[in-house]
Amino acid sequence: MTFNRRTFLGGSVAAAAALKSPSLLAAGHEKPRVVVIGGGPGGATAARYIAKDSEGKIDVTLVEPSRTYFTCFFSNLYLGGFKEMDELAHTYGALAMGGVNVVHDWAIDVNAEASNVTLAGGDVLPYDKLIISPGIDFIDDSVPGWSIAAQNAMPHAYKAGSQTELLKAQIMAMREGGTFAMVAPPNPFRCPPGPYERVSMVAHTLQKTNPTAKIIIADPKEKFSKMALFQEGWADHYAGMIDWIGPEFGGGNVSVDPRAMTVTIDGEITQVDVCNVIPAQKAGRIAEIAGVTDGNWAPVNPTDMSSRANPDIYVLGDSAQQGDMPKSGFSANSQAKVCANAVRGALTGSRVFPAKYSNTCWSLIDTNDGVKVGATYEPTEEKIAKVDGFISQTGEDDATRRATYEESVGWYSGITADIFG
Amino acid sequence: MRPFRPYPLVLAAILAASSGAAEGLGDAEKGAALFEQCKGCHMVGDGARDRIGPHLNGIFGRRAGTQGGFAYSASMTRAGMDGLVWTAETLDAYIENPRALVSKTRMSYRGMKDAQDRADLLAYLRRHSDSPADIPEAEPTARPTDHDLDPAILALEGDAEYGEYLATECLTCHRADGSATGIPSITHWPAEDFVVAMHAYKSKLRPHPVMQMMAGRLSAEEIAALAAYFGNID
Repeated sequence: MTFNRRTFLGGSVAAAAALKSPSLLAAGHEKPRVVVIGGGPGGATAARYIAKDSEGKIDVTLVEPSRTYFTCFFSNLYLGGFKEMDELAHTYGALAMGGVNVVHDWAIDVNAEASNVTLAGGDVLPYDKLIISPGIDFIDDSVPGWSIAAQNAMPHAYKAGSQTELLKAQIMAMREGGTFAMVAPPNPFRCPPGPYERVSMVAHTLQKTNPTAKIIIADPKEKFSKMALFQEGWADHYAGMIDWIGPEFGGGNVSVDPRAMTVTIDGEITQVDVCNVIPAQKAGRIAEIAGVTDGNWAPVNPTDMSSRANPDIYVLGDSAQQGDMPKSGFSANSQAKVCANAVRGALTGSRVFPAKYSNTCWSLIDTNDGVKVGATYEPTEEKIAKVDGFISQTGEDDATRRATYEESVGWYSGITADIFG
Repeated sequence: MRPFRPYPLVLAAILAASSGAAEGLGDAEKGAALFEQCKGCHMVGDGARDRIGPHLNGIFGRRAGTQGGFAYSASMTRAGMDGLVWTAETLDAYIENPRALVSKTRMSYRGMKDAQDRADLLAYLRRHSDSPADIPEAEPTARPTDHDLDPAILALEGDAEYGEYLATECLTCHRADGSATGIPSITHWPAEDFVVAMHAYKSKLRPHPVMQMMAGRLSAEEIAALAAYFGNID
């Protein structure tokens, strides 16, 4: 699908018309209806805010297959032994009590012309506005030899839950002096510092349980998020344990054999004991089905996260192609609030305020050694553009790093309360 | 001459800090006399020890909240962890309006509003620092004169509905229910405390990179809107 100026303007005009005549959209039924697909940081936040702030004037239905949601953010801390799995688990009871109709099912089709969503269980949900926030799916064959069928032998652990537990169990069961390999993904992908925080947390665990173990990372990227901070931390805390193989040394030319447990990097075959394959990523498939993707991702209007392809559909979080914001839970949560404000305005005529976006990503390198990077963003005509930012500095003192870690724990408590109520 | 000023002069501190003028230290003898009003709580000089407040020997260059043995408020400890270090600039701002720099500090002092008085007091405290010679003393002509805060900033009536929208950004980290685990509570503050704190972040006088960034793009009206919303959040 391609976009041109005309379709883009068409969307804006329709949105403007909706603003002027909210009753038009609700015509023929009692209350305007919002359907949200995906109960993560984007979707659950949007559902919660629309229900809360519209005070019953909008029917909000959240479609999420999982009854218990495990946050991907902080799941590396489970691998490092800093969090228990149940501390990452969240349920949807508070959303339901807050007026959101929570449906545990898969959305399998979107009919944009009829404005409805079909669920795997057979129900059809009509909507006036649809919010899609499905997170990521993996691109087939991006790592030759790997597929979902091989995810037990070589876990991705990039959607938190059973995969995370499996990877931890494999790390704990590794033979003495064994090798942990990570196949890192190409840009863009969910949580840019995630693979490198994960390596830090795996190293932290291995240092205690298996100190002669090795970690290799095959990476197609020349640079990665917080690179100087991670490399400094690895040298300080895990000297000699971690070998990062960038594209210069063939890190982008990788295949795996899950049956033989080998990784081939630039033609050289390595026997490994645990292999964490993080494939290349794309928008959750329902975005493609809804007709709002262009290539791997779903382009959105920077002012309100509405799809460039369809003014009645909004796309949040990892699936959205919006500009400068990283794909993160924080970003999705931030985008959801802008979207919720815009959707309420369109459906009920409530005040619509200018979009402001922000993101901060904390990473843990070792006990009480936290680092962070963050930025603020605002819409321009073409994209969500970075306004200002900061990053932790190399060589910071222990007190600062400890404060950063403690702050991240506070943030986890704050954002999960904000998402799940 | 000390004109009556009904509002905390937080902007004065900000302007002074950004111009570097706060480094212009004053008359230590006059400062010794001014210290009389601090003596109820603080000691300085030979034999000084902690009392209601910490002793102030060696205060210049110390990270806030780290004088060993003294039981600081959680807010002061946090300010130190955030990176607050006592310099001529930060001490000047703190003495001018303690709450601008450290919200909920236990130092129950309304603030020394005269810039020259503060310069004199700091000159006196500087004598009792570890290495006074390392602390710059600017020419008298570089000393700050009084800067007026535009009282309109504190008088702004916050748009609480806009504040509720802006607040959604704060609630990614801060808890709406006012609880604090690793990140401070920002609910039910007096509006003035909220506003001076946010302007101190905005001017980067108060340390903390996330807060400096978040406050940095808020207008005075937006800060007032947030103060109005969080002050009465239910």
